[in-house]
Amino acid sequence: MSAPSLLLEVLCQPARAGTLDLPRWDLLVRQARRAELLGHLHWLLAQEGLLPAVPPAPLVHLESARVYARAQQRVVRWEARCILRALAPLEIPVVFLKGAAYLLAGLPNSEGRLFSDVDILVPRPRLEAVERELMRHGWMSTHLDAYDQRYYRTWMHELPPLRHIRRRTVLDVHHNILPDTARLHPRASRLLADAVPAGRNALVLSPPDMVLHSATHLFHDGELERGLRDLVDLDLLLRHFGTDEGFWEALPRRAAELDLQRPLYYALRHCRRLLDTPVPSAVLEAVADAAPPPPLRALMDVLFGRGLEVDHDSCRAVGDGLARWLLYMRSHYLRMPLYLLIPHLLRKASRRRRDRGE
Amino acid sequence: MRVAELPPADLRRRLAGPGLALRTGPVTVHIRSALPDVADGLSLLYGDHSLAREGGFCDFHVRLAPPPGLRRWFRPQVCFYLDGHTPFKPLPRSQAFPMLEWGLNWCMASFLNRHVILHAAVVARGDVAVILPGAPGAGKSTLCAALVGRGWRLFSDEMAIVSLEDGQLVPNPRPVSLKNESIRVIQDFVPEAVMGEAHVDTRKGTVAHMKPPAESVRRAQESARARYVVMPRYRPQGEGVMVPEGRAAMLMALVDNGFNYSVVGAEGFRVLADLIEDCRCFRFEYADLESAVAAFDALLAGEA
Repeated sequence: MSAPSLLLEVLCQPARAGTLDLPRWDLLVRQARRAELLGHLHWLLAQEGLLPAVPPAPLVHLESARVYARAQQRVVRWEARCILRALAPLEIPVVFLKGAAYLLAGLPNSEGRLFSDVDILVPRPRLEAVERELMRHGWMSTHLDAYDQRYYRTWMHELPPLRHIRRRTVLDVHHNILPDTARLHPRASRLLADAVPAGRNALVLSPPDMVLHSATHLFHDGELERGLRDLVDLDLLLRHFGTDEGFWEALPRRAAELDLQRPLYYALRHCRRLLDTPVPSAVLEAVADAAPPPPLRALMDVLFGRGLEVDHDSCRAVGDGLARWLLYMRSHYLRMPLYLLIPHLLRKASRRRRDRGE
Repeated sequence: MRVAELPPADLRRRLAGPGLALRTGPVTVHIRSALPDVADGLSLLYGDHSLAREGGFCDFHVRLAPPPGLRRWFRPQVCFYLDGHTPFKPLPRSQAFPMLEWGLNWCMASFLNRHVILHAAVVARGDVAVILPGAPGAGKSTLCAALVGRGWRLFSDEMAIVSLEDGQLVPNPRPVSLKNESIRVIQDFVPEAVMGEAHVDTRKGTVAHMKPPAESVRRAQESARARYVVMPRYRPQGEGVMVPEGRAAMLMALVDNGFNYSVVGAEGFRVLADLIEDCRCFRFEYADLESAVAAFDALLAGEA
């Protein structure tokens, strides 16, 4: 494995930030901005009391990122209120996922974090009613193409993304955390049953489920666009819930119940490897059986080692492009069986070409 | 060291190779590009700007380069990259220099959230700064260029940068962007102005940039307090009279012209409310530049 990026070094040992010269700060800000972790870096250094050691020039950017993150927090809180109000007549559980959940549950993850959209999980039988109510309140489907509509509605675990007609914010409505066509099959009803309140009327996943969803999203479903940011999320969740009584016992048990042991294995392994996340050895033993067989394990270590690094010119190594491409193909392969996947990717490629006007 | 002190061949080589760290207003921008248009534009319009010393901190690392794929050769295009990320769609290759300008504006409006950034021009005389907010096409850049051509200090075109720390305006004298008929009008009104190449068929029509005066660039570190807010509008039958406007209404006009007002939030409102307290506010409809400049000079004559 090549040397870790400066950003990873500082995330593992924030005190390093106190020793950087200006060219190193230059590099750190660039890597953190690229990884969407600049706001998080501000929060981390503030926690460690290291902000006074930051020179004025880079501090401008850390503070700017904090201001931006706060603005997004305001937006997401407001969106959550609007969504809950729109769906109140249905009297169904509305479970917020990912960024919005971290914010509503007051978790340290939400500090300095950037949000791309709001995600909710609702009971599948009420999906149509949810879509109808949301549309009445101004959320419209973004993918109007008939193929996309069918793709989402037939195979995916979510509706095509909705965009609010006035506020332009994007909402993803999920009925599960993985597509129906995926290799793993967590039961959404179990996630809904264990959800816990976070503020008025809002629900979030229980702590083990929140970790498992984050792990699944990163290691089984995602294209690793924001790999390192998502890994930092996992790290913060594990550190935060890790002090709760019974969390570490519940986590592997729950992973087995939900058929999500492999993503949990990867999450714990790479959090420890890249971010020094403390994980009790009993838990590592409990998920060891979920590891892939040795040759594949070594390959995946290399691929994730590259794929989770900052996607910045300063961090490129030989084989990077290949590693990212393989991870991209893997994420699709895990999503759908090949007889569905191949026509889908061909269609995406031909449309991309058409959009570029070639 | 100033950009003009660098021989053109060196400038080109540096841009194509290790890049050039340019100081402009509150930021240092590291620019890389092998495209001759970018080098020529910088050489012509940024001659008085200084280069940052090697080994310092750069706020933004930008690059202008052809996109990957066929459009490198076939109907060639150019992309703006901030650290490898491209926030915009590619443009025709001939628009490389305007794209650099727009890209830098975007960087500043997106990543300097310890400032409120407004869509406005700012000019100054002595330590009296005048904010000229206005919708695109209202004629603020034209008026700004005319005033600057007649001895006013160019504080900033395109954006007013207000510090949250002290409510002061931060200078950012960069080339003034002129559109369509304005280019001709300013060439006639300020014959000695250095004007860059006219780029036709951009998304804003024809665009050309006027070089900022050396004196304005030299004073790029001297911030000032806003004393006037004048909202200009070009109208062929305008009378060139300053019509007083209420502070509250003008505050709302500033807010409407905020690039990052919603991001900055409550703190931004407080800073702008304080700023407007110190300002006299006017609406100003003008038809010809000669009397417009006279009206501005008269405005400040009362100051002494």
